[in-house]
Amino acid sequence: MTGERLADLAVVGAGFAGMSAAIFAGARGLSTIQVGNAGALLFSSGPLDLMGVHPVEEGRVWTDPFAAAAAVARDIPGHPYSRVDAAAIRAAFAEIVAALGEAGLDYGPLGDTNRELVTGAGTIKTTYCVPRSMLAGVAALADRVPCLLVGFQGLREYSAAGIAEALRERWPGLRAIQVDFRAGVAAGEAHAAHLARALELAENRAALCERIRPQLADAQAVGLPAVLGLRRSDAIAGDLSNQLGVPVFEIPTIPTSVPGLRLKDAFERAAARRGVRRIVQRRVLAIVPEADAFALYLEDAPPGTAPLRARAVVIATGRFMGRGLVADRRRIREALLDLPVVQPSSRSRWHEADFFDPRGHEANRAGVTVDETFRPCDEAGQRVHPRLFAIGTLLAHHDWARTKCGAGVAIVSARAAVLAALHELGGGAR
Amino acid sequence: METQVLIIGGGATGTAVARDLALRGIACVLVERHDLNAGASGRNHGLLHSGARYAAKDREAASECREEGALLKRLAPHCIQDTGGYFVAVAGDDENYIAAFPELCARAGIEARAVPVAEAREREPALSERTIAVYEVPDASIDPFMLSLDAMAQAEQRGARLLRRTEVVALEREQGRVRVARLRDTVSGEELRIEPELVVNAAGAWARGVAALAGAEVPMVFSKGTLVITQARLAHRVVNRLRPPSDADIVMPGGTVSIAGTTSLTVDDLESIEPTAAEVDLIVEEAAAMLPVLDGARCIRAYAGVRPLVSAGAAGDGRAVSRGFALFDHARHDVPNLITITGGKLTTCRLMAERTADLVAERLGVRAPCRTREEPLPATAGARWTKPGLAPQTWMREHAPEDTLICECEMVSRATLDAIAAELGGAGRMVLADLALRSRLGKGACQGTFCTVRAVAHLYERGVLAGEEGIRESVEFFRERWRGLRPVLWGDQLAQVELAEAIHCGLQGEELHARRGGAR
Repeated sequence: MTGERLADLAVVGAGFAGMSAAIFAGARGLSTIQVGNAGALLFSSGPLDLMGVHPVEEGRVWTDPFAAAAAVARDIPGHPYSRVDAAAIRAAFAEIVAALGEAGLDYGPLGDTNRELVTGAGTIKTTYCVPRSMLAGVAALADRVPCLLVGFQGLREYSAAGIAEALRERWPGLRAIQVDFRAGVAAGEAHAAHLARALELAENRAALCERIRPQLADAQAVGLPAVLGLRRSDAIAGDLSNQLGVPVFEIPTIPTSVPGLRLKDAFERAAARRGVRRIVQRRVLAIVPEADAFALYLEDAPPGTAPLRARAVVIATGRFMGRGLVADRRRIREALLDLPVVQPSSRSRWHEADFFDPRGHEANRAGVTVDETFRPCDEAGQRVHPRLFAIGTLLAHHDWARTKCGAGVAIVSARAAVLAALHELGGGAR
Repeated sequence: METQVLIIGGGATGTAVARDLALRGIACVLVERHDLNAGASGRNHGLLHSGARYAAKDREAASECREEGALLKRLAPHCIQDTGGYFVAVAGDDENYIAAFPELCARAGIEARAVPVAEAREREPALSERTIAVYEVPDASIDPFMLSLDAMAQAEQRGARLLRRTEVVALEREQGRVRVARLRDTVSGEELRIEPELVVNAAGAWARGVAALAGAEVPMVFSKGTLVITQARLAHRVVNRLRPPSDADIVMPGGTVSIAGTTSLTVDDLESIEPTAAEVDLIVEEAAAMLPVLDGARCIRAYAGVRPLVSAGAAGDGRAVSRGFALFDHARHDVPNLITITGGKLTTCRLMAERTADLVAERLGVRAPCRTREEPLPATAGARWTKPGLAPQTWMREHAPEDTLICECEMVSRATLDAIAAELGGAGRMVLADLALRSRLGKGACQGTFCTVRAVAHLYERGVLAGEEGIRESVEFFRERWRGLRPVLWGDQLAQVELAEAIHCGLQGEELHARRGGAR
């Protein structure tokens, strides 16, 4: 692939942050290459968090995610949200949710408040955007309507009875049944993806409704694990609703889940639609700054292959799972450019003695520090390179899992970085 | 409740005492605060000592180990993998010690065969290039959980009773004698009373505290030892460092994994024993001198136990104190019906039980002799699932069409959990912990990230869990796994817990429930 033309922007990583950056960049006319494994999105369970819990040590859950984001921006110096305002957050979500909607994954209209939904563990999760296929569950929970939860025999990570038990004090109107619904698959384990595929066929949906209908009784809503089709989940939920005469909703389950597959699919369509060139399942081994560009060297490139070249680079490589950060017994490093990583002084301080320590773990707040425009900084606080950006969970000073801000930080930092890159590249007119 | 003998402590010693007494026809109740092998009996490297480790310093302990090791290989072969062991010296190790080693072993009656270094490295390719001397000894690997579970199972068949998750609150005395033991169920909080003729204190490191309940003294030194588990098995045999006992001088095989250790640190507080990052680093770096591959190996967890060592009065370095056992007849403390058995090794637990039961029998005027020296330990269904590899083999060979895997790392199926639960009987306990003790659940690389979710779902479907118990079980189970994960979090295992964090906190918000349940 010699003679490759110089791209405006290379996005390294294909999780929430990387996909969002590719979409923002493509939409603004930047010629964009995206490289990276597709792992992280598969670990999503569908909902998009903006900001839910702060201060983490108090476990305070917020109804207004924008107020919560403003509070962390004020309280935690260097938090990614300290680099943006509410308007930027809203604009970023609006654009991504619209892009996913166009690609077939509808999140409904953007709201002002957080929503609560029931998880497969029988806990209640506070989040911001909920896929339409899960929305009726938000309403059912809010009103505590009599509701029937349906489980599938062989679906190991999900027990409708367990959810109903765990919530029986808070939602007494929950009832649970388990159906033996295989849709042609042999006994034993039932895979969520197989069930989802099966439910794309009308005849299977009709058969499922026949099992559920006699058990409906007073139920005003029906909850199922998130297996309502690999695609078109809201249409499938709608069809089940019509057949059963009550709203039907999905309950998120642990990864790798069907909503994760849908998100990955929708993001990829949205990126393709915006002209992003994607090189998937290839890891970037090294990024070398040159005079006017960066050279990106890929894994398994045939000898003599020229590296990819781009004028600007956005690193969205994630944390340890995504291998954006790597750790040995002594320290945590940024994998591609050895960017400075904010971290505790020794491994004994990386994690607290109790996994569920209310403060969370310092290692989860380790990461790359950036300036106001998401350019990585060195120890002295100076930007490393004017056209190098870092976004997403790779960033320091936030604990996405405990504060419930993962998708939000990814999407919002992606937009901010792309706008800054656009400005830097002189693309303001585009 | 009345019984002849109340045994306090359900470790290797307590369960062996219960078995020995039961085989003599003596009625006993064993009371255990947590579950079987909750202390050092479940937190050691599973080494069946040849005795070679003690040949230099403690010949008596060495001889006991040699005899008992040979006996257990014959009588409890299902608990043992007779791997053999190497003592390995590397360049720089003390040449005098190396030279003296075979003679010291010979004096303790331990067979130690010199193995040419080239041959040893052929048999154990992971051995260092810097190996300078190797001796082969009859070390082996033993499953301490299976050993205790089987001993207790046989005792129960002969009428002994086991009270798990029950603690001794008080030992009430009358004219010196313990008349009533007041017990409390740690789950329900219910109290119960036992009136025993005799009390055997087999509480391991906690023996001092138990004796104190009756106003008796047991001089003890507590030595914390930490071990590290690797994801893969690095060597077939037990690999010992051929040097005076010191930190990180052994790498044990344990089924599909290796276990490297140990450290020795004198401690006072028995309730906050956690392995630390510094101890893990020390073990990895030191033991890598024998097996360099250890340095880059994925470590899946660490654990720490407390050796109950009996001091001759002088405190000091835990390694200088005898590893032999001690039997205290508290008649001299004016508690005529209290006996304490502590110290010792896993390898010598049968002998410790024999001596204890001899004294008990004498006191009770029972003439029946010890039978554990000849009678094999029967393998029971309830204990068999602790064996690494059994669950996968069973799964691959035969499983019912509707069965599914709960733990994919160790291939523990729904049917296996159901079988163990049926053996256990009685719901309302710490269900996941009970199942995990008796199987390989949660012991693989993911350390419970996925299998807790599946196991909880299954237990709800079976009606074993109710209300929010599933969330509590999940929190407590992962919390316990975390104690061992925390010091090995670098490389792949750090990525693994990031996934756990994403699922258990990011999606399921269990940390918000954990705080409602109160911080630990």
